[in-house]
Amino acid sequence: MKAKAQASTKGEPILSARGIVNAFGKQKVHDGIDFEVRRGEIIGIAGGSGSGKTVLLKTLTGLHTPNKGKVLVEGKPVESIDDAQKAALIGVLFQQGALFSSLSVAQNVMLPMRLHTDLEDEEQEKLAAMKLALAGLETDTGIKFPGELSGGMVKRAALARALALDPRILFLDEPTSGLDPITAGGIDELILKLNQDLGVTFILITHDLNTLFTVCDRVAILVDHKITVDTLDNLMRSNQPWIHDLLHGPRAPNKKGHSHGS
Amino acid sequence: MAQAPPIPTSTEPKQSLTERIRSENKIPDDLKSLPKPKPVPRGREVVTLLGKNAHEAWVDSLDIVTFVGRAANATFFAIVRPRYLKLAAISRQVADTGINALPIVGLLAVMIAIVIAYQGVVQLRPYGGEDLTVNLVSVSVLREMAVLITAIIVAGRSGSAFAAEIGVMKVREEVDALKVMGLDPMEMLVVPRIIGLVITLPLLTFFADVMGLIGGAAISQFLLHISPSQYIDRVHQAVDVKDLLVGLVKAPVFAFIIAMIGCMHGLRVSGSAESVGRETTRAVVKAIFIVISLDALFSIFFEKVGW
Repeated sequence: MKAKAQASTKGEPILSARGIVNAFGKQKVHDGIDFEVRRGEIIGIAGGSGSGKTVLLKTLTGLHTPNKGKVLVEGKPVESIDDAQKAALIGVLFQQGALFSSLSVAQNVMLPMRLHTDLEDEEQEKLAAMKLALAGLETDTGIKFPGELSGGMVKRAALARALALDPRILFLDEPTSGLDPITAGGIDELILKLNQDLGVTFILITHDLNTLFTVCDRVAILVDHKITVDTLDNLMRSNQPWIHDLLHGPRAPNKKGHSHGS
Repeated sequence: MAQAPPIPTSTEPKQSLTERIRSENKIPDDLKSLPKPKPVPRGREVVTLLGKNAHEAWVDSLDIVTFVGRAANATFFAIVRPRYLKLAAISRQVADTGINALPIVGLLAVMIAIVIAYQGVVQLRPYGGEDLTVNLVSVSVLREMAVLITAIIVAGRSGSAFAAEIGVMKVREEVDALKVMGLDPMEMLVVPRIIGLVITLPLLTFFADVMGLIGGAAISQFLLHISPSQYIDRVHQAVDVKDLLVGLVKAPVFAFIIAMIGCMHGLRVSGSAESVGRETTRAVVKAIFIVISLDALFSIFFEKVGW
């Protein structure tokens, strides 16, 4: 916990969003979003349904070009980073895993290696087994196909694939949604472990208040097309009605239960 | 803590709203009815629809042109730099779109030959020219029917499969996952399908040619009592290598169109399962439409150049 508190105060920005505006037709989703993510921190993005969390994730990863504004990753505009570099820099865990169903789990994990590195097959297989273990899966899972996995295993397998090229930043889109509380807790622990052991920066979209309270250094909340980024302790004191309702509502965990940022 | 609104307590006996309305025979004052959509005048609706569809058609044609360019570029790039060629993926496509389509293509080619032969015999008999049926069947099968029927079946079988496969990948965010891994969906998904089908369709067409001629032989024996060896002689006199070639050169063009349209509509899928169905339908209809229109243009072209 001490190391994490340090990370949240130190570290230069690894990703910054400047004046992001996204609109679909007349419907405005984001209206001037500015924030920075520091190296080695875990930042949670929360917001109501339809507040544009997934669009924001797609904008930050360069999958969606914003109407205005830009995203800098390690100081470079995200759209100018070439494919191989980007794959080594960014990993994404999509909401439904997005594993390729025609490939086995191990082949899914090896796909980025096969295309962006010149490692021998045997080395790739060993690496894939290691990544699977890192994501908390048995090595035997490697030969299974995505259709044969449970929800939690799909998320872990997708996480293993996202980790394939040791990315510096991992984006997770609702990593714990649809999982039972115990499995979700396991994912939370995994995020903390990867952050501490490998120094991976995490940007995670989540509705799960437990995740926000237990793993995030800072929380970014999307309300009214804008973003508010702060530590949870400061956000707890916010007067903004939606933020207040989120953090003090009936589902918020007992405040005594967390000792974050202190 | 935000206070939850108190749950209203009531001492009245519980009576369902439906019962209340039924017994009092009127709608209680505190019930608001649903807002009604504003009626649009019929005339205006027609104009709006016309404009909308025209706009869509315009955007559609722009999309096709852009996609043709990108797909052709990616395919060319893959061929000149074979390192980027996904041989395993291409061979899977050849198996799926080609080998598995053999029975249906063969059967339909035979059927088409029978249809043409029957019409030929009936129409030519009054003039005593029923023997020319062999010419009619062999020329029309080789030049037009084999390639057209094959292209239509492949558009229905494989064009729809391409659109649906890629569409579902789009819904499941697999296409985004590819992009984020620094892999070009064009190179990974579209190019193998285009190359696969461009290899397959000419071969299937040739197979349909053969099956059509065999069908013609069978029906000639049955209707005109022309023996197979006589039939082969007749066909030999009736057609030229160029008749075969006219049919075969069209196949790769049709293959490119079918594969490209299928992939394009697959990549256009957004969000829902309904969208997958809609785009798949569009892919098939559009591919068949373009194939037949192009075939008409080809006919004019070959007539002009004297083939």
